[in-house]
Order: sequence, then C-alpha cells, then structure tokens
Amino acid sequence: MRKSLLALAVGLLLAGSVGAASAADKLKVGFIYLGPIGDLGWTYQHDLARQALVKELGDKIETTYLENVPEGPDAERSIEQLVRAGNKLIFTTSFGYMDPTLKVAKKYPNVHFEHATGYKRNPNMSTYSAKWYQGRYIQGLIAAKMSKSGVLGYIGSFPIPEVVSGINATMLAAQTINPNIKVKIIWANTWFDPGKEADAAKALIDQGADVIMQHTDSPAAMQIASERGKLAFGQDSEMIKFGPKTQLTSILDTWAPYYIERVKAELAGTWKSEDTWGGLDSHMFAMAPYTNMPDDVKKMAEDAQAAITAGKLHPFKCPIVGQDGKPVECKGGDHLDDGQILGMNFYVKGIDDKLPGK
Amino acid sequence: MQLVLEKRAERSNTIALVSPLIAIGLTIVTMTILFAILGKNPLLALHAYFIAPLTDGYSLQEIAVKATPLVMIAIGLSLCYLANAWNIGAEGQFLIGAVAGSWIAVKTQGTDAGAWVLPAMLVLAAAAGALYALIPAICKVKFGASEILTSLMLVYVADLFLDYLVRGPWRDPHGFNFPTTAEFDPVATVPLLIEGGRLHLGSIIALLVVAAAAILLGRTIKGFEIRVVGAAPRAARFGGFNANQLIILTFAVSGALAGLAGIIEVAGPVGHLQPGISPGYGFTAIIVAFLGRLNPLGILIAGLFLALTFIGGEQAQIAMKIPLDVTKVFQGILLFYVLACDSLILYRFKLVFPSRQVTRGAG
Repeated sequence: MRKSLLALAVGLLLAGSVGAASAADKLKVGFIYLGPIGDLGWTYQHDLARQALVKELGDKIETTYLENVPEGPDAERSIEQLVRAGNKLIFTTSFGYMDPTLKVAKKYPNVHFEHATGYKRNPNMSTYSAKWYQGRYIQGLIAAKMSKSGVLGYIGSFPIPEVVSGINATMLAAQTINPNIKVKIIWANTWFDPGKEADAAKALIDQGADVIMQHTDSPAAMQIASERGKLAFGQDSEMIKFGPKTQLTSILDTWAPYYIERVKAELAGTWKSEDTWGGLDSHMFAMAPYTNMPDDVKKMAEDAQAAITAGKLHPFKCPIVGQDGKPVECKGGDHLDDGQILGMNFYVKGIDDKLPGK
Repeated sequence: MQLVLEKRAERSNTIALVSPLIAIGLTIVTMTILFAILGKNPLLALHAYFIAPLTDGYSLQEIAVKATPLVMIAIGLSLCYLANAWNIGAEGQFLIGAVAGSWIAVKTQGTDAGAWVLPAMLVLAAAAGALYALIPAICKVKFGASEILTSLMLVYVADLFLDYLVRGPWRDPHGFNFPTTAEFDPVATVPLLIEGGRLHLGSIIALLVVAAAAILLGRTIKGFEIRVVGAAPRAARFGGFNANQLIILTFAVSGALAGLAGIIEVAGPVGHLQPGISPGYGFTAIIVAFLGRLNPLGILIAGLFLALTFIGGEQAQIAMKIPLDVTKVFQGILLFYVLACDSLILYRFKLVFPSRQVTRGAG
C-alpha cells in the first residue's frame, strides 16, 4: 500500500502537478469523517466500509478521506476541497455536516453527495441512515434481564431524535420485562471524547447502574464497565476486546453494502437522490454476537431480532404513553410512523429524566 | 570543550530579522525528514503544503477567510503584550462577542428589520468583547489578580454560556434538538466579496485593523506609551505614563477586536451560532502575535502563513493522504523553532573550553 502510494506520488511529481492525470478515468469518491479513523467506533466503521469499497471496486475508483473534520465552519471548506480535488461522489458521515453539505451541493450541481443521518436533501444530495432503534430495542430486553439493580446507565451524545428514539426503544423493551426499570441518562454533548465518556460511565455506575449503554463513539465506557465488573453494550463497532467479560452485544454499523451499491449506481450513471433508512432487514446495521449472558436471554434476544427482521415486531408498537402520561398519537396504524420516529422529541413514560430543552 | 549560550551585550537586530526565516528553514528541514520517515515524497508534500494553496484563487480565498479571525485577534493581543499585559483569554472574548452579536440576529429573525441589523451586531459584539476583557483587567489593576489566570478561566465561562444558549433559549425550533440557532437572516449576515466564493467583508475589516494598529503604534503618543510601558516600565513611570490605565485600555481594545472577530465568523462563514464556532482561534492567535513579533504587518504575514499551513495541511491530506496530525506536529515544530531562534536575539552560541569557565544565563 505504502509503496504503491509512493509510486503514485512520484508519478504525480513527474506529471508536474498534484492531483492530475494518472487516475483521470477512475471515479473519485470522497469521505468526510468526524473523528479520527482510529476512534474504533463511528468513523472507524465508515472507514472499514470505505476499505471494503476499495476492495470491491478498487480498479474503477479512487477514494480520499478527510478525518477529524469538526462540525463547524471548517466543514464546508473541507467538503469543497474534496470537490475541487475532483471527487464526484462525496459521503459526509455525520449529522452536523448537513447544512455545509447542502451549501456545497447547491454550488456544485454536477457532484453527488451522500449525507449520513440528516433530513435535508437536494437533487444531488441523498441521505442515508439506519433504524438503530431496532437494535436498541433488543438491547433493552437484554438489559432488563441482566440488570440486578434495575437501573440502566445511558450515555447520550446530543438529544437529537436519533438518540432520543434509541432511549425510548430501550425503555419500551425493558419495561416489557421489568415494569419498574429505571434509566439514568447523562448527556456527554459530544460524539467522541473518550475522557468525557469514561467520566459519564463512572458517574452512572456510582448512581447504581449496572448495565451501561452508550450513544457515543469510543470504547471508553466499555473499558470502565469492565474495570468495575459491570455489563455494557458496545456502539458502532465490535468492542468485545475492550470488555471480553463485559460486552453483551453491540450495534454494528455496516455501511459497506450501501456504499458499494451507491458507487455502483454512480459508475452506471443511475445515481439518484434518495432517502435511505434501512433496518435489520436491509443490513444497514447488524448485531454483534450475544455474549456474557445465559442461554435463555440469548435466545430471547435472537428471537426478538428475528421478529424485527421479519417485520413481525415493531419497537414502537402502539399504544405508547408519553412521559406526561398522555397517549402518543399513532400515525402508522399499529405503530408510530417513520416521521414520528425521525422527529422524536419526547420521552416515553417511565423515564425519570427531563429531555434537555423541553 | 562545550557549547554554551552566552548573553549578548545588546540585542542583535540582524538576528531579530532573520530568526523567523531560520525557524521556517529548520521547520522545513525537520518536516522533510518526517515526511521521508512516513514514506511520503518530501518535495511533493512541501509542494502541497506551501505552493499548491497559493496557485489558485479558491485556496487564496480560503486562506484569507481562515486568517481573518486570527489576524484580528492577534493585533489586539499584540497591543496587550507590548504593554506587558497578558491577555490569554481572547478565545472567551471571541465567544462572548459572537454571543452578543447573535442576540440581535436571533431576536430579529423573521422580522422585517432592515440594514441596521449587521452594523448593530458588529458594534454590540465589539462592546461585549471589550467589557468581558475588562473583567480580568480590572481585577489585575484593583486587586493584583493574575490576568493570565483570570482571563484564561473566563474562556470556559464564555464557552459554557454559549453552550447553554444554543441548547436552551436560542435553539432552532426546527433543528431537531441539535444545539444550534436557526440560520441568520440575510440582513444579519456578513456580505460576501465575490459571488459564489467565501471571501467576506470581514477580511477587509481585518486589513483596516492592521492599518489602524500600525498607525497607532508608529505615529501616536498612545502607541509610544504602550511600547515604553512594556519595554521599560521604570522609564515609563518617570515619564509619567500610567501603566494601569494602559492595561485597562489594551485589554479593552483586544477584547473588542476578539469580539468583533467572533461575530464576523458567526455571521460570515458559519451563518448561525453553535458550539465549536472556534477551533481555538483565540489561542492560535497568541502564536500568530508572537510569530509576527508583535508588529502589525508581521502579524498579518504570520496570520496568512498559519492559515496557509491549515489549508495546505488539508490539501496534503487529500492529495497525499498525509494524516491531519502531521499538520499539528508541523505547527508545533514551527512555534518551537521560532521561540528557540528568538533566544539567539539576546544570546549567542559560544564554544567554551572547560576548567574555570562558569556557565551563566543559559536559563
């Protein structure tokens, strides 16, 4: 890899200009990453997918990524830099890149953009995300079974609908096992900050939580839970090596099939702006092996996973009662509709916490 | 035989001029070695860092956009530092300015408020930055509290205050709970200079600030006072200059400039208020101020140079897959060499033969 890069670099030097010729007939695909590729969570999974993409279509495409791009004023420039470097399809892999991506997309109508987890689209800007709440539901079932104290610890990132729907799905599931289950929530206000995440995990354990779940991206919480002899769920990636006796399962982001599909469409000239929101059935994410639990709990988890995949079980099955005690309107027939989940801005009954900003 | 640093009889003006060049030269040598170790072609990498961004209009614009807040803040800081007042909290003054200016933008959102909005935002931001900077200045003058500590600590207060506002009262009602205000209305936005580009009016303001500082320091009594109080406090006292008054004044000016930079950044490239609007501009500006040897023109050059390393670092990441961390190492090495070479202004190397020699002043 390194040698070929050097060879490429030398070739470019001979050609006299950076970024010209040599790969002119290859499709250039760019990625903007929020964290470092070594975060072992969110960004790591996106980069694994990029590598899978290169493995699959490496003879037809060339990929470039920018890591550690903050969700602020620099994002727009970074995206535009990728455009100017000749990338024709650009994946911006965090919610906070939504407005910058849209701005750049409007400026370059001939370049295609794929924005992860957002809701704004353009004729040349798609969105894609996964129904992680399905995985959260399974985790909620396991957590309620495994918790001795009846208190779950939850590390939130930002109180956006994706995270709030995850908390609600967890609790709705847990309540079917233990109606009195409690959850303690700490908002880390970051996607990736191992120090903060570890502090949050410690605080939650000190408050009596014995199962830790997280919606942040590093394995720090897993390590703390492991040190303290508690249980935990991984996030984004396989984190079992950080807690061989701790990890119950993990929601694995599996972007590779989607990335390969979209790049193939781009190569074939059939790319269209779409809104993709896939669940277990479409393999947008997967569950890591169920570990550190008795066989009956494992069986329950596997059954729930099968039922969700088959569409027989919906985590947001009605009736659902809000925190205020009032039933939530059921717009999707016997379950909440996608719009209600995508814009979820309330807690369900039984969550003893105030949603920030409410 | 031993190599020691010996204090010069007087500061060497030649070295003062060439030391930044030596520093840049040493940085380039070190980076060349580092690139070679990483298995990258050093020539190509240096080209990506230093030459490529200067070759097209787009990158030049981006350099100007990035340099704008750095230069504006650094000019203010240089006045403080010249007067021996150590304002380390420009980051906080930047944020408070951004918050104060945004207040008008948020309150007039969706109304038919006219062209007065942006000027009002700029004025309020500068005033807020100045007031915020006066807190450590007054604590220093009245109670002798270390302005280094107090100004630094106020950074975190400002940061959390901004955080509270965008998560609570100012949050965009349609923003899906994400901590940000709604996009500012066009009347509350800093106008672009080039259609379809990113260069904005703020860069012109920054140039005006540089010019004003040059005139202040070079042509006015106040500027003379600032320099004398810093360079020769005793002489300044005999001359009847009031050092405390100057601390208040320079802090206020530097706070105002940082606040102005804050609102220009928010109402310009960002377009709304959110956490993380500053990737540490207030701190990087300290580097810019010293790299520019506290001289307005020097600061302008230093700001552009540092911006160049940011933009070049990004292009190196794209073109040669050089990790972002290398850019940070690069900036660290640069500052290190600048400070190291500066010691040559007051000291010189000397070969000493051991026995009776006692080394002095190498601290």
